[in-house]
Formats: sequence, structure tokens, C-alpha cells
Amino acid sequence: MKYDVVIIGAGVVGSAVARELSRYDLKTAVLEREEDVCCGTSKANSAIVHAGFDAEPGSMKARMNVRGSKMMEALSKELDFPYKKNGSLVLCFHETDIPKLEALKTRGEENGVEGLRIVTGEEIHKLEPNISHDVKALLYAPTGGIVCPFKLTIALAENASVNGVDFFLNTEVKAVRKLEKGGYEIETDRECYETACVVNAAGVYADVFNNMVSKRKLSITPRKGEYCLLDKKAGNFVSHTVFQLPTKMGKGVLITPTVHGNLLVGPTADDIEDKEGIQTTARGLGKVASLARVSAADVPLHMVITSFAGLRATEKDEDFVLGEAEDAEGFFNAAGIESPGLSSAPAIGEYLAELAAERLQAKKKENFISTREDIPNVAQASPEEIAELIKKDPAYGNVICRCETVTEGEIINAIRRPLGARSLDGVKRRTRAGMGRCQSGFCAPRTMEILARELHMDPLELTKAGKGSKLLTGVIKEDETGITETF
Amino acid sequence: MQYDLIIIGGGPAGLAAAVSAKKEGVENILILERDRELGGILNQCIHNGFGLHTFKEELTGPEYAWRFIQQVEELQIPYKLHTMVLDIRDGENGKTVMAMNREDGLMMLTARAVILAMGCRERPRGALNIPGYRPAGIYTAGTAQRLVNMEGYMPGREVVILGSGDIGLIMARRMTLEGAKVKVVAELMPFSGGLQRNIVQCLDDFDIPLKLSHTVIDIQGKERVTGITLAEVDENRKPIPGTEEFYACDTLLLSCGLIPENELSGKIGVELSRITSGPVVNESLETNVPGVFACGNVLHVHDLVDYVSEEAARAGACAAAYIRGEKEKEDTKEIPVFAVDGVRYTVPQTIRPACMEDTLTLRFRVGAVYRDCYVSVYLGDRRIWHKKKRKLAPGEMEQVVLKKSDLTDRESFDKITVKVEEA
Repeated sequence: MKYDVVIIGAGVVGSAVARELSRYDLKTAVLEREEDVCCGTSKANSAIVHAGFDAEPGSMKARMNVRGSKMMEALSKELDFPYKKNGSLVLCFHETDIPKLEALKTRGEENGVEGLRIVTGEEIHKLEPNISHDVKALLYAPTGGIVCPFKLTIALAENASVNGVDFFLNTEVKAVRKLEKGGYEIETDRECYETACVVNAAGVYADVFNNMVSKRKLSITPRKGEYCLLDKKAGNFVSHTVFQLPTKMGKGVLITPTVHGNLLVGPTADDIEDKEGIQTTARGLGKVASLARVSAADVPLHMVITSFAGLRATEKDEDFVLGEAEDAEGFFNAAGIESPGLSSAPAIGEYLAELAAERLQAKKKENFISTREDIPNVAQASPEEIAELIKKDPAYGNVICRCETVTEGEIINAIRRPLGARSLDGVKRRTRAGMGRCQSGFCAPRTMEILARELHMDPLELTKAGKGSKLLTGVIKEDETGITETF
Repeated sequence: MQYDLIIIGGGPAGLAAAVSAKKEGVENILILERDRELGGILNQCIHNGFGLHTFKEELTGPEYAWRFIQQVEELQIPYKLHTMVLDIRDGENGKTVMAMNREDGLMMLTARAVILAMGCRERPRGALNIPGYRPAGIYTAGTAQRLVNMEGYMPGREVVILGSGDIGLIMARRMTLEGAKVKVVAELMPFSGGLQRNIVQCLDDFDIPLKLSHTVIDIQGKERVTGITLAEVDENRKPIPGTEEFYACDTLLLSCGLIPENELSGKIGVELSRITSGPVVNESLETNVPGVFACGNVLHVHDLVDYVSEEAARAGACAAAYIRGEKEKEDTKEIPVFAVDGVRYTVPQTIRPACMEDTLTLRFRVGAVYRDCYVSVYLGDRRIWHKKKRKLAPGEMEQVVLKKSDLTDRESFDKITVKVEEA
């Protein structure tokens, strides 16, 4: 199959590039090895929009972060995903470290971050009553925010799809080859693709694909971050995203509310070898707990509802590698996208799409659809809105996930929409069914029933997250006709 | 729509409460049930052993439920299925219950009294913070039970069970009977959280080993579970290095505790106990919000459904009395019940002697295993109950029966204490 641009990876960066490229009159494809978009680092991170004071001035990280952060609010309205500018705080626990806090402020100002302010004295606990009384000063960044990483990625991908980008899921890239006539051949475990341009947004594997075509070798080490997610009852413990000032002892962990009202604590930072090593560890989770208690001794860790780990794609030079490879015309890297990758994704999408469009001398479409509407959200709707939804479709009156109040209507919508859910996790990321305090204990069988019905699937083929993650191993009730009496 | 009594939950507690309230003369009752049929969790409990106390015979869960569903039908008590309650509020005109379903859409219902009977949920893997991957094949025992007994699917072939709660024990047997290999049941505590009879009938009879003081320290398998690692734990429940044992399996079932589901109760301002996670109630099973009653597993987790029915019948009767306008004895003395010396909690937590029936069953659990000891009840400093127990265990709910005459005829006291005493 022939394309103008092939994007490797449907994480938040790949999806952002796809969406921006879909503004142009180009034939674009996205290849993703998993069964859904947003399955790698994009689904397991801090879910925050950094203000942009952390990155080295002049670095790609700084440039993309500040731009991405500024784009996020308008984008959230355009594509209908949850985003909140809750402000962030960096805690400083020692008088002697205050100069470091000031240096951070100066750095942020150089990067163009607005409204930064050092706070001392009584105002500290007015801002955040539950944080430690050892806090001597803090840096307040009013432009820091929180976002739903699933909904952001899915919204970008859906909008790209609606605007004509082809997504090939369950398609793993095996090799990228430069063609003599120009352009590239991409071999996958399914079909071969020929394309003029490649965008390498392969997360922790971006070095592998870059190194297939470029002599300027990249080296990406997965840096594991483990997190604990707490019950919504703990969601008001802090209202800002609370960082710790990095010290010799490490970068510390953050405590933040999520846009959905939970509390998130983490991450650790451990370099590992396994690019698939997303298991949590007793040591890591213990470290999350002990470091979080430094910021707030009473952080209610007994209310943990789940824990998870994500991998930062850390390149050896510790900056984003963005743009066309020097020795591989038409091969664009989005490599080394670690923190603040989520915050930067909209800006990276814009930047790389412009470069690729320029290379292909592509023109903008006239019929680009810039907006997208999310699945109705019964849990957050007013009684009048709920009544209206049920009137239109009674399925919105049938609650499937009791913890998060997710209805059958929302689940059906998640399955039927562009790039719809195909698995339990796919439904979960789109609707939050199973994301609450019982962690899908009650709703899993019912969501499975809806998935099987909507997709005309044998329930035995249903998966948690594609491939080998089958949920059931056999049938029990079978009468003499062989017709099963299930679901 | 206006009701005298709305019962939230159509499981064993809600059904028994409804029947009792109706028999006590409450005419205008509505049961709201979120699932597709009445009966609650009993519908998936197809094993027998239910009803020995209530009906003097051994019934399966669905049979036990049916006895009550029949009464609800005969008494023509209305109910709504597939109906979720989203909110409850207290107001001048009684309680407002916001609920919805496909047919009626969003409903604003009002009631003079509400009985909370929402049951409980299982503690999931995430709350246990078990490290490892997050593959398919990890289920709570109750979810597996629903898949097997109601939906007709097997969730796995080679199984390890963590936690020896009753559902875990029952599922060890059930999965074995359906052809799965249950390799081991591991329990973090040095004693089982389930009933002794279930350990015998579900594990011993099938040669399934029970490893006390063991826990899962790692889950392997990136897509589907491929194995788990068990380790022995020390007295602080910390894994002991060197005791790790790997079990190849495709399924991990969790039976690690039940949590009363009181998110709704909080919305109407019901005070919850930190120990039971259920509402704090008085002798009438009434919460701190007048006219809001609680019974069954939403109040505290029971072992036997018979006790749920008995408790719920009382809640129904007390709600009826409230609706009739009786028992408005606001100046009545309310005496706190203290659970000390090995007793973790009691239900009820307060008693108004003037409002008691002739007797009151006080239920409680202990925090550890005790042998050859006494359970004692004190009114102030005076001991009125002292009974020898061969064994007390956290997995078995205990009870004492208080006589109204004991509490009203004697000199005044300002507290009731329940404790475990050495022989």
C-alpha cells in the first residue's frame, strides 16, 4: 500500500502528528502494533500538562512544552477532552535550597512560562492545607494543568481518522528500508507499505527504527515510573499538582488530582533494559509511598485502587529528537519523548506535520473537520441532561459500571465510534467503565456481554487488551443441541 | 412519585426488609434493584447451605432468594429492576431518591423512610497493591463466580486463589468441579477468613492446599497470567526472603475481603464506622439520619444470609414504626456500645433501652483467633453476660442477646462494653 506519510506508533505523539497532517491533502497512515491507540507510555504517565519551567532553556523540550501547554486549553475545547488548569507547585523543604527554587523560576521565565511566583510563609498552606509543614517555600506555576491522557490521545486519533488518516492496528513494524528511488518501504507483520515520508513516533522503540535508516544512532533507555492511583474519596487531598524540588536524593514524586477526580501519586524513575517491562515492583511502590509522605505525611495511601508503571523513552542526550534525520530524507523523528511529552504532544504534532508537509509541498485541505464530540458523560451530566439523553436513547438509562456511573449507551457509543473500542481496556479508556474503586469486578461481565453483542464476537475471543489477553477459557453450560445458553 | 418507604437493593436484605415492612402495615413500598433480577448475590451462589436457621433446611442461594421473592410477589410489593440510584437527599418532604433506568428515564422519587440494602463489593487487586504485570486472568472470586454460575463461562484453567474468604473457598471447589486445577489457596493471615465448614467442604475434600501466612508477591504474564509467586510472610505480614515459590497458572482469583458499598449513604450524610465501613446504627438499625435505616452487608459483612434476613426484617419493622410516627423519643437516653479487648466492632453501636424490643441481638466480630475464653458484656462496670467460647475467629460473626429488662430495670449506666476475657 502506498502512502505519502506513514506514522509509526499511535501514542499521543503519533496521533497528534496524524491529526495535524490530516489538515493537508496527503495520504497518511498510522501503524500501531497494539489493538488500540494509546497503549504504551501515553496511557501510563502523570497525566499532567507541565507549565514548562523544568526543561533546559533552548532545548526542544522547553520549546515544545511551553507551546504545547499554551495550545492545550483551546485543543481541549476543539476536541472535547477533559483538561483543567489547576496550577502546579514545587515544594522546597530546606532554606538552603531556596536558591534552587529561584533558579527554577528564572529558568521558567527564560522558557516563557507566565505567572511564576515564589510563595513563602502562611500562603503556602493557604494554597495547599494538607502539605507538609516542613515546606519552607514553593514555586507556584498557575499555568500548570491536568489532562486525561487517554481522551487526549483518542480524540486526536479519532479526529485524524475522520479527516481521512488510515489507522492500521495490530500491525507491528518489523523493518524500515530506504528505497533507491526515494521514499521508504515499511515491512510489518501484515502488509508492506511504501511511503515518501516516515514519522517515527515509536516511543521506547524509536531508536530501533531510526537506527535502521540513519547513521546518527539514537539510544533509548526505558526509565520506569511506578504510580499509585487513589479513590475519588481522596481526590480533594490536594488541588494543585504538587512536585518536590529535585535534590541529590532524586527527582521526588508528585501528588496530583486527576481530571476525573482521583488522586495520583508517583512516579519513580528507574532505568531498565526491558522495553516491555511495565510490571510494578514492591520496591517501586514502596518508594512512591515513602516519597509521597515527604510532601504530605497524611496522604491517604490506604485508599489506593490500582497501581501501574509506564516507561519514559529516555534518549541518551536527554532531549527530544525532533525533525528530519540528517542522512535520511523524509524520515522524521519524534524520538526520546519522555516527560514532558504529553504536554508537548500538540506542539510536536504541529511542528512535525509542518516539516513533512513542506517536504512534500502539500497544500491544506478545505474540508478539514477541526472539531470532535466526545462520548456523552452521564456521570457528569445534570439531571436534565441525563433525562434528555435517555429520551433519545434508553441505553443511557442503563448503568453498567456502578462505581463510575457509566451507562450502556456510553459503552455502545465507545464501540461504534471511529477507531472504536475492541476490548475491555478499550472501553475503559473511553468511558471509564472499570476504572473505579471496584476495578471492574461488577461491570466486566456486563461490558463483555455488550462487546460481544456489538462486535458480533464469540465471547471466548474477547480480550482485556488485544492479542493474547483473552478473558475466558471455555464454556460451561451446553445443552444437547450444542447451543450455548450464555450472555 | 411519593412512597412511604424506598428500599435500595433487592438482594436478601432488601427483600426481607420489604416483606417485614409490608407485614407491619406499610402500604406504599418500592424496591430499587440495579441488576436484572431480584435476589442479589444469592443468584450466583448456587451451592447449598443457605437457610438452616431461617427455614430449617439446606437451600441453594437462588432457592433461598426465591422464598423471599415469592413473598414480595404475593404481598404485591412493587420493584424496579435495572434501576440505579444515583443520589439520595434529605429534605422537608422526606427523602428524595434520584434513580434511573431505560424505561422510566431519570426519576425523582420521594419517601418518608429509606432502607439502605446495597450490599458490598470485593477488594480488588489494585487495593492490595500486589506488584507485577496487569494481564488478563486476574478476577475477584465473586466476578469469577458470576461468570461461571450465571454467564456460563470459565475464566481460567489453572488457578491460584489469594485470600481464604468464603467466596474464595467456594470458588476453589466450584472451579475444581468444572474441571479447572486449583493449585493452592494462599492466606495472608495466620488464620482463614472463611467459615470452618467451607475449609473442610471446599478445600480439604478436594485436596486443595491452604497456605496460611502466605501472599502473592509477583504476577507474571504480559497478556494473560502465566504464573504467580507466593512467599511466606512474617508476623508483620512482610514477605520473608528465601520463601518464594513460583506457581504456573493462567488465573489468579482474589478473595481478600468485602467492603460495604456506602457511597450513596455518604450523599445523604450517613455517618460511617471506620471499622465496619458501614453506617453507625442504633438498636433500631437507624442511622444518624432519622428515617434512614441500614441492613445486610451494606451495614456490616455477614457470613450467613440467615442473619441478614433476620437483621433486615428488623430494619423493615423499625422503618414501619418510624413511618407510623412511633419511637419519636428524642429525649430518650442513647447508650454507646464499646467494642474492646479483642472485639473489633459491634452492631448496633448505640442502644436506646427505651426503644428496644424485649430482646436485642448484638452482633460482633473479634480481631484474632481466641481459644477457651469468655465473651462478656458490661453495663457500666457491672457484668451482665459471661459466656465461655471454645473458639472465636475473625471469620465467624458472633452474637449476644440482650434483654430489655436487663437494661431498663436496674440502676443507670452510661456505657455498654463487649469484650473477650481470659478464662
